[in-house]
Amino acid sequence: MQQSNAYIITFSVILTVVLGLLLSGTAQVLGPRQQEAIALDKKKQILGAVISGEEIAAMSPQEVNEYYSSHVGSTVVDINGKEVTEQGGVAVSAENVDVAKNYKKPAEERLYPVFIYHEEGDPSAVKSYILPLYGAGLWDAIWGYMALDTDMNTVGGVTLAHAGETPGLGARITTPEVQARYQGKEIFDESGDLVGVQMQKGEGKDYSSDPHKIDGMSGATITGTGVNNMVKSYLDHYKAYIESKKSSSAVAAL
Amino acid sequence: MSAETLEKAIEKKPAEALLSKRRKKLVTDPLVDENPITIQVLGICSALAVTTQMKPTLVMAISVIFVVAMSNFVISIMRNTIPSRVRIIVQLAVVATLVTLVSEVLKAFAYDMYKELSVFVGLIITNCIVMGRLEAFALGNKPYDSVLDGLGSALGYSWIILTVAFFRELWGSGSVFGIPVFDTISGIFGPDFKLATNGLMVSPVGAFIILGLIIWVQRTKTGYVEH
Repeated sequence: MQQSNAYIITFSVILTVVLGLLLSGTAQVLGPRQQEAIALDKKKQILGAVISGEEIAAMSPQEVNEYYSSHVGSTVVDINGKEVTEQGGVAVSAENVDVAKNYKKPAEERLYPVFIYHEEGDPSAVKSYILPLYGAGLWDAIWGYMALDTDMNTVGGVTLAHAGETPGLGARITTPEVQARYQGKEIFDESGDLVGVQMQKGEGKDYSSDPHKIDGMSGATITGTGVNNMVKSYLDHYKAYIESKKSSSAVAAL
Repeated sequence: MSAETLEKAIEKKPAEALLSKRRKKLVTDPLVDENPITIQVLGICSALAVTTQMKPTLVMAISVIFVVAMSNFVISIMRNTIPSRVRIIVQLAVVATLVTLVSEVLKAFAYDMYKELSVFVGLIITNCIVMGRLEAFALGNKPYDSVLDGLGSALGYSWIILTVAFFRELWGSGSVFGIPVFDTISGIFGPDFKLATNGLMVSPVGAFIILGLIIWVQRTKTGYVEH
């Protein structure tokens, strides 16, 4: 059958409007739930840097929220390690700082959230500091969290996530197997320079004697380099904060 | 749209049983004889990508069943009003809307699953099974028949990917639906006995092998030969 152009155009317009309304309506209705899901996921990622994935998987969403609020405090600092409580007259909290948005600003102007993992209900008994990371992988953004022990040198653990790395290759950064390689590594060398932890090219070598190197991912060297750059640059951005905590813990040890 | 064509479309036939023989065939044919994956070899991309574990595969299967059945239904309802010159784009718009709905619902209610399936839910839009059924069936048949046809094709797709996922998860990760099977078996026979998992099964290559075996077995049984 042959229809007139006017019919085709009218049909297309009506179809577009109907489908558009349907979709935007759905987005409106489901929006709050999605926000909750995203916030919960973020908490899981933060906790993933300090407790194992299986433990988190075994918790119900409510338990995650409770565990998070009783074990994690937070603060926001600037590039100089100074605490920031408000920006442009608006109070800031670490949970609401969008690391991805801040990533687009120059490093000096960004806000840097710090999540402080402590004994249950006792914010002064700090167990580790969890720092967000953000950078570019091979295809798209990668991000994660790195937990530093109270000596501000030993890596307690990391969680890594990605938007679009190659499944089976670069996407392996999300696996516990790869993330476990970071545990116990150190970010400062003997002379006190911040060197971070570098993933090496190739896979299957033993780097247990080198505190700054970890085994790489075969076939995902570019993703590995992206992770390295991300870790190094964010540790650099947090350097002032790390140094300040380091000296205060050294004083406390005396 | 002339009144004449409309009349033709709603021409009365004697009422057919809700599940007559012909309608049953619509559902059962695509399960084996006209299976979209093993016979028509459509939808292979997602069959390879999501089948490393049973759970995401099940979610994927349900999503595909919903999208295929619903899009067949919607297109079939509109089949006499869709201008033929823009029909492909209309089909795409409907399919894309349904897929986005699925993806939004997953994001709200099963965020982990949403992350895991990532692009593959979105890629249902380009799944050849969906467009294939719309073009071949829904545009020329009544809504109820079209839903049955969509269900049939999607179920045909689903049981194949679930079978592939079953073997891939069992051999690749030693578990089924996340429940460890290999460890349990090893436990029965004592500490010296250990079932090893096969890394090949976790990679997409494993899916090719399993799929090939399924097609082999199926064609041996049905005697299907490609012409």
